[in-house]
Amino acid sequence: MELFFSQILDGLSIGSVLLLAATGLAIVFGLMGVINLAHGEFMMLGAYVTYVVQSAFKPMGGVIFELYFPVSLVLAFIVTGLIGVLLERTLIRQLYGRPLETLLATWGVSLILIQLIRSVSTAMMLGIIVGVASGILISKLLRAKFSLKPFFTYLNGLGWAVSILIGLIAVNIFDKVRPLSKAWFGPRNIDVTAPKWLQGSWGMIGTIELPGLRIFIILLSALLLLATYWFLNKSVWGLRIRAVTQNRQMSNCLGIPTDRVDSITFGIGSGLAGVAGCAITLLGSVGPNLGAAYIVSCFMVIVLGGVGNLLGTVIASMLLGIIQSVIGSGTLLTVFPDMPEAARGVTEFFATTSMSLVLVFIFIIVFLQFRPNGMFPQKGRSIDA
Amino acid sequence: MVRNLSRRLFAGLATTAVSITLISCGGGGGGDSAGSFDGEIKVGILHSLSGTMAISETTLKEVEEMAIKEINDAGGVKVDGKSYKIVPVIEDGASDWPTFAEKSQKLIDSDKVAVVFGGWTSASRKAMLPVYEAKNHMLFYPIQYEGQECSRNIFYTGAVPNQQAEPAVDWLMKTYGDKLGKKVYLVGSDYVYPRTANTIIKEQMKALGGETVGEDYIPLGNTEVAPIIAKIKKAFPDGGIIINTLNGDSNVALFKQFKAAGIDPEKYPIMSFSIAEEEIRQIGPEYTTGTYAAWNFFMSLDTPASKKFTSDFQAMYGADRVTGDPAESAYNMLYLWKNAVEKAGTFEDLDKVRKTMIGIKFAAPQGEIEMFPNHHTSERVLIGEAEANGQFKILEDSKTAIPPLPWNQFVPETKGFTCDWTQDRPDAGKFKM
Repeated sequence: MELFFSQILDGLSIGSVLLLAATGLAIVFGLMGVINLAHGEFMMLGAYVTYVVQSAFKPMGGVIFELYFPVSLVLAFIVTGLIGVLLERTLIRQLYGRPLETLLATWGVSLILIQLIRSVSTAMMLGIIVGVASGILISKLLRAKFSLKPFFTYLNGLGWAVSILIGLIAVNIFDKVRPLSKAWFGPRNIDVTAPKWLQGSWGMIGTIELPGLRIFIILLSALLLLATYWFLNKSVWGLRIRAVTQNRQMSNCLGIPTDRVDSITFGIGSGLAGVAGCAITLLGSVGPNLGAAYIVSCFMVIVLGGVGNLLGTVIASMLLGIIQSVIGSGTLLTVFPDMPEAARGVTEFFATTSMSLVLVFIFIIVFLQFRPNGMFPQKGRSIDA
Repeated sequence: MVRNLSRRLFAGLATTAVSITLISCGGGGGGDSAGSFDGEIKVGILHSLSGTMAISETTLKEVEEMAIKEINDAGGVKVDGKSYKIVPVIEDGASDWPTFAEKSQKLIDSDKVAVVFGGWTSASRKAMLPVYEAKNHMLFYPIQYEGQECSRNIFYTGAVPNQQAEPAVDWLMKTYGDKLGKKVYLVGSDYVYPRTANTIIKEQMKALGGETVGEDYIPLGNTEVAPIIAKIKKAFPDGGIIINTLNGDSNVALFKQFKAAGIDPEKYPIMSFSIAEEEIRQIGPEYTTGTYAAWNFFMSLDTPASKKFTSDFQAMYGADRVTGDPAESAYNMLYLWKNAVEKAGTFEDLDKVRKTMIGIKFAAPQGEIEMFPNHHTSERVLIGEAEANGQFKILEDSKTAIPPLPWNQFVPETKGFTCDWTQDRPDAGKFKM
């Protein structure tokens, strides 16, 4: 019995990490149908926000420093959410209904974000600001003078090209100044320390140890899930989001601002990724490549659970977590000590971390043969929308 | 903010001061060295400067450049009464193993380098090996590795298991064998080094009358270690010895999650083979404090040579940087090669350089090391305990350099085999003693 509980706890904690990472994608991919390969990089940005907040809180020390974590959770949501909105407004919006192009474009965005984190410095940031500002300025000037001319679009494009050049020159000039050219984070991994109250154990139930940060992550993912559920089903914007995902044209006719709905949906999805990234700093390393480790499992969870279904996402992530922990830790051998020799050999073979992951993938492939749309396929008209 | 600024100013001033001293010393010692060379020697430097391994390998490139600068500032390489300037040709292996082979070919064929210094992962070395053997050229490889290899065309300046893993296991048994029993649990990344190293450790444990109670591998980059924690707790309910051969990011996950699960180093001593000062900086010292590592060099090694090495490196690349074992090995190989070339009186006749290399000594930051007939160097063995400041407290020190045994003597398949390139026999790389 005790073994059973400790296994469930382990399974839940692996599952809750998957769930945390996948909730944001469940909204972006599940509801909007955007294949966002930059989802992992939004998590990475969330982790870096945590690092920045931690560094800012460090000089204060004491109790205030211990509180940096809740602050960074909130800030990670806001910052990545805003970046998400920006991305949606500038790029994703142009690509609705073209899944292949979206896939390629978001992959490009993910590469840009990784490289940005590696090499961003004050000089580079100033250069980008100068470039964008001059771009907007030039484009405004041109619009005022030539907006009616047939060659206006080309002229506008040329204006942006010139401002990119200005930005590059600015970066080079600022780079000459030593303190400005120092990279903020660099390509190395950075050290984010969990606050003291999360580091150790939170006591025992019977003989089962309760690791603080595992419990915290289980609670956090449950809380986020509830909040997302409430938002989608009880709030006005949630109602609008669901309306738009079910029938875009009709919602538009009824006066729902569909483009704002799109921005908000994408922003919330990205913000949730940021929160996940913030929580993941507790468990693993923080570096520019952090996202790559999670993106595959995120899509795996959503495909298994059924696209566009929060309940499916929950069940799928918990199921995968429990499979991984029960097989990977070799508990089956303890529970059934006298299983036949052949079965024993097979179980032992899969009782390592690498092989349990293999088993998880085999399970998903087999499962999708029978239920190609996942556990809880979306029913109704939304599928053809 | 003000304090930070003044600290930076101070660091900047200190760096300038050190570099001015260095420059004036160099000028005083070497005369008007610049411009007075009789020629140039091109050497290849081949490390991953992009991709996942860039984080680690860039440091090696920097240390090698530092050694080259030192040698050039001191008047260059003196061959046959003439002095030559070393000119590095730097190539990027891009963390992609076939690229290492391709770039090696390029360095040898079109750049006509005299020697190549490069590699980090065993996979990159295995990819380069056939190139150097086919062209009968010369490669220096700086990283501790699993052994079980002995090429005529490669010189290995990192440790083999009998200079790192085996003494570490002996020390663990000596220190904890009575208290926790002669049992170990092995955790590693899922690729060639950890698997081979663990095969050796398992054989060694058998020979010591101990037992390996569990073994688990995590795919590179994976950060979920909950099942491993469950297994360790099952195998060692009241504490036991863990040997960690994880590489890269998984280490961070392991130490963070160990701490949360109440696996503290008091009850569960952990010995790591891939965690040096730089890795501790990334994991966070508070997670690693109290764990052990075995290396041939620690930044905290209290000798004048060690201190000079670290302060020179920091003067060149920043006061916040740390040195460690891989950097030290990379530094050593430049000097070993220089000493051999000067003694041989040629850098173009590779066969002659190769023969002269055997027995070449160098007063390395760790102490004196020597190149053995099996193309591996002798190494001092140190065991350290990680402290809260990110440095190691040295607990065990072999004082003298231990001779290398590339063919492992615990593994049945290679037991009794040896390697000796001074012998004139076709199987000099692996023959029965």
